[in-house]
Amino acid sequence: MRLLIIEDDRESADYLVKAFREVGYIADLASDGEEGLSLADSGDYDVLVVDRMLPKRDGLSLIGSLREKGNRTPVLILSALGQVDDRIKGLRAGGDDYLPKPYSFAELLARVEVLSRRHGGPAEETTYKVGDLELDRLSHRVARGKDELTLQPREFRLLEYLMKHAGQVVTRTMLLENVWDYHFDPQTNVIDVHISRLRSKIDKGFERPLLHTIRGAGYMIRDGIR
Amino acid sequence: MTAFGKLIRTTAFRLTLVYLFLFALFAASLLGYFAWNTRRMINEQITATVNAEIAEIETIYERRGLQGLALTLGRRTLRPGANLYLVTTPAGTAFGGNVESLSPGVMASSGWSETAYRRLDEQDTAHHRALVRVTQLNNGFRLLVGRDLEERRRMFGIVANAAQWSLLVVIVLGLGGGIFVARRVLHRIDAMTGTTQRIMAGDLTGRLPVGRSGDELDRLAENLNAMLERIEALMTGLKEVSDNIAHDLKTPLTRLRNRAEEALASSGSEAEYRAALERTIEESDGLIRTFNALLMIARAESGQARGNMDDFDAADVAKGIHELYEPLAEDDGLTLRVKAASAALHGNRELISQALANLVENAIKYGKPDPTVQPLDAGVAARSREILIESRREGDSVLLSVTDHGRGIPEGDRKHAVERFVRLEASRTLPGSGLGLSLASAVATLHGGELRLGDAHPGLIATLAIPARAASGDRLAAQTPDVPQKVA
Repeated sequence: MRLLIIEDDRESADYLVKAFREVGYIADLASDGEEGLSLADSGDYDVLVVDRMLPKRDGLSLIGSLREKGNRTPVLILSALGQVDDRIKGLRAGGDDYLPKPYSFAELLARVEVLSRRHGGPAEETTYKVGDLELDRLSHRVARGKDELTLQPREFRLLEYLMKHAGQVVTRTMLLENVWDYHFDPQTNVIDVHISRLRSKIDKGFERPLLHTIRGAGYMIRDGIR
Repeated sequence: MTAFGKLIRTTAFRLTLVYLFLFALFAASLLGYFAWNTRRMINEQITATVNAEIAEIETIYERRGLQGLALTLGRRTLRPGANLYLVTTPAGTAFGGNVESLSPGVMASSGWSETAYRRLDEQDTAHHRALVRVTQLNNGFRLLVGRDLEERRRMFGIVANAAQWSLLVVIVLGLGGGIFVARRVLHRIDAMTGTTQRIMAGDLTGRLPVGRSGDELDRLAENLNAMLERIEALMTGLKEVSDNIAHDLKTPLTRLRNRAEEALASSGSEAEYRAALERTIEESDGLIRTFNALLMIARAESGQARGNMDDFDAADVAKGIHELYEPLAEDDGLTLRVKAASAALHGNRELISQALANLVENAIKYGKPDPTVQPLDAGVAARSREILIESRREGDSVLLSVTDHGRGIPEGDRKHAVERFVRLEASRTLPGSGLGLSLASAVATLHGGELRLGDAHPGLIATLAIPARAASGDRLAAQTPDVPQKVA
C-alpha cells in the first residue's frame, strides 16, 4: 500500500514514515502544501495523511484542489485543532477522517487501514461472515454456528461495524464516532463495557473466541490467528 | 507637542474660536444695521427740511419778486448753522446765497444730488459735502438749497469706533475664556491620561479621579472606573485559574518525569521497562484529556463554539447518553434510568451531549449511596442506587438533569464545585481531571443557560437549564472566521 504523508514538522514526519514502513507500507513524504499537492496529484496513492496547517498552502485548501480535480484518494487530516467544529470543517472540506494531535500511532494506523480498505474495496455486502459468526444486515439476524443470537440494536450496530472491518484493528474512538456518533473523549471506559457485553453474547461458551482485544490499540474481530 | 500646542488643539479651544467668529459676525451685522438706519433717518430729515425751504422761497419769489428773494436769502444765510443757498441768473452767474463753489454741473440739472462745496464765509479750505436740491424758478433763475452732511459723517465715525472696540472686547474675552476652559479640561484629561498610563504599566488598582460636578467627564470617569473594576476582577480570576492549571498540569507532569527517571536509573528487565513506558503513555493520555477539556471550556466560554448549532430533541440526547452509559453504571452496581420527555432545543448537540455525559460520569463516580447510612428497607436501598437522566420542558427552559443519591454536594460548596480543577476533598482519591462540572457549566453558559446544582435528599441533582430558543441565527453570524494558526 502506498501512502503520502504531508507534514511540515520534520521529526513527526520522519517518525510517521519510519513507523509506516515498519508495518510494511510504502510511505512518501512532502513537507509543504504545494509539494504535497503536486505529489498527491501525480502519484498513485491509497491514502493521504495531511497535516492541516502547512506552509505555502494549508491542508484544507490542498484537499479542496484535489477534490476539484476529481481526485478521490481518501484523506486523513491530522490537526492540532481538535474541537468538534474544526473536525466538521475538515470533513466538509473533503477529508474522509480527522484525527486531532496528539494521537497514538495505533489509532492512526487503524484509521488509515480502514480508509484504504474503503477505497477500492468490495461494495458493501448484505451479510458479514467471520468464522462461524454470521450477521445479516437486512433481516438484522445474528447467528453463531447453529445458535441464533439476540442482540440489542446498539450491540447489533457495534458488531456490524466490527465485522465490516473484520481483520482490522478498530479503536475505541472509532467505535464511539461510528457506532454512537459522539466525538468527545469519555473519561471512563464506557466502550470497554459495551464490548464485554457483546463478547459475552457472541463468544461465551464457544471454544474459539472471535472478538479480540488488541493491547494499546483497540479491538479486532477475526477468525483464528493469522 | 508644546503646552500651547496642546492647548489650542483641545476641543474646548476650537469651539471657543467658532463661537468667537459667530459673535463677531453678530456684532458687526448689528452695528451695520444701526449705521444704515441712521443714515436713512438723517437723509429723510435733510430731504424734509430742504423741501420745506424751497417751497417757502418759491412762494416769497412769486409774491415779492427778485428783491424779496434777495432779502430772504440775505437774512437766512446769516442764521447760525445755516443751510446752503444759491440763486443763479439765466446767464449762470451767482445772484445771491452763501455758496462760493460747487462740483461742476450741479446747477445745470434739476433735482437731488450730492456734491462737494465751499461756503463764502468760510476760511478753511477743507472739503465739505452736502445734499442739495436744484429747482428752476421762472425767467431762467435757478435756486439751490442744500444741507451739509457733516452730521452724517460724524455719526458714521461713532459707529465705526463702536465696532472696533466691541470687536476687540469680544476677541479678548473669547480667547481668554477659551484658554481658561481649555486649560481646565486639559488639566482633567491629563490627570486621566496619567492614571491610565499607570494602569497600563500594570497597576490595575489605579482609578480615575472623579469630580463632584457630575458632568460628562465625571460620568466617563465613573464608567471607566467600573470597567477597570471588572477587568481587575477578571484578571484576578484568570490568575487563580492559571495557578490551578499550573498545579494540576505540573503534578502529573512531575509524576511522568519521575517515573521515566526511575525507569532509567533502575537496571530492570525488559518487562519492567515496558510497564514503565506503558504507564508513561497512560499518564500522557490523561494529560492530553485534561488539556482538551481545558481548551473546550475556553472555547465554550469565549463563545467560539457557537458554530454547528442545529435543532434537535433533548429527549434524544438523554436517551443516547443513557444508552451509552447504562452498562457502565450496571457494572458499578448502579441503575441508570431515563425519563425523556420531548423538548425541542437549538444548540450544539455534540457539546450538550458531552456536558450531559460529564454529569452522568460524575453521578456514576460519586453517586454511590453513603455506606455509613443504613437503608430502612430494600425498596429504599434499590432507589438509592438509582441514577435518573431526565429531559423536559419547563416554562421557557429545556432541562436536562441527572439525579443521583450519593452524598451530594453541601450547599456551601456548590458554587465552588463548578470552578475549574476543583475536586472537593471527598473526591480527591478518585481519578478524574476535575473539569467535568466546569465544562458542563461552560456549555450551558454558551447556550445562554446555566448549570444548577440542587439537593436530591440525599444526593445531587445537576441540571443543565437551557433557554428553548437559546442561540438564535444572528448570534451564529458573529462567529469568528476560521484562520488557521500554526501552533508553536
